[in-house]
Amino acid sequence: MDLLTIGLGHYLTVAALLFTIGIFGIFLNRKNVIVILMSVELMLLAVNINLVAFSAFLNDLVGQVFALFVLTVAAAEAAIGLAIVVVYYRNRGSIAVEDINMMKG
Amino acid sequence: MAGAADDTGWQDEMVLTAAFFYLFAGLAVASGIIVVLARNPVHAVLFLILTFFNAAGLFVLLGAEFLAMLLIVVYVGAVAVLFLFVVMMLDVDFAALRAGFIRNAPLGALVGLVLAAELVMVVGAWVFKPAIVATVKSSIPPAGAGISNTRALGRIIYTDYIYFFQAAGLILLVAMIGAIVLTLRHKAGVKRQSIAAQVARRPEDSMELVKVAPGGAVMPSNEPRN
Repeated sequence: MDLLTIGLGHYLTVAALLFTIGIFGIFLNRKNVIVILMSVELMLLAVNINLVAFSAFLNDLVGQVFALFVLTVAAAEAAIGLAIVVVYYRNRGSIAVEDINMMKG
Repeated sequence: MAGAADDTGWQDEMVLTAAFFYLFAGLAVASGIIVVLARNPVHAVLFLILTFFNAAGLFVLLGAEFLAMLLIVVYVGAVAVLFLFVVMMLDVDFAALRAGFIRNAPLGALVGLVLAAELVMVVGAWVFKPAIVATVKSSIPPAGAGISNTRALGRIIYTDYIYFFQAAGLILLVAMIGAIVLTLRHKAGVKRQSIAAQVARRPEDSMELVKVAPGGAVMPSNEPRN
């Protein structure tokens, strides 16, 4: 990879780093649902960067359309996830992940 | 000499692009790391917003202006603010939630490193299949064509991908209804206005005409009035 000519590999590297940070964040904050949700958002952002980078370098717009749909689903997921967190906090008074054991699954 | 001037201009542009790429990429990765390491979740949300801004900068560098603006409007304007609301609304002892932070770190670092190594191997080894470029159906219009990224996206979203677009709208509708149904709560013992009962109320339900004989007394009827 040349340092000055920014190619597809540069963008893929950034996306790979962000994805890895997201995974690392899920492991690190295993008790805190909110930070886990934020890590999932980081991973979805990395996927979007990949899609848009491939779209730009393959000269194909469909990648950007797909990134748009990923964005939509990510927004819906964040809204539902936070609603569940709020309801869970209202019922149990805590958001710790290991307290979620009422179903004994 | 003109050719030399053009050459340096092209090089300047390239250096500028590279400089902005490294600025946006470095800030995105650094603030992403702060998101997962931050002690205070409010700071984590704020650095998540910074990450999204820098990713939007990367999208602009890639020529995807519409998605960049969408990222700022949808993520910074809606999702990150939603996170901020929830973090501030819930009175949670976030220090207690960080109890296993150091204990979980080695496993997380191990999995992260393995994943990063795999991804680096993929990034380092890919090649485009030469025939794949010929299969592109909806190509990005060239910069000189006068068609903006938004217009080009709209042209294919509203034609080739109309059903997917409608499905995305349905997903958002379902998410909205789901979030409202989940968080809606009816408290017992709260006096509420019942509009149907008000509209259905008739004069004979609520008042009673009594003929009072001279010198007589009015006894209240036993029927309850609503």
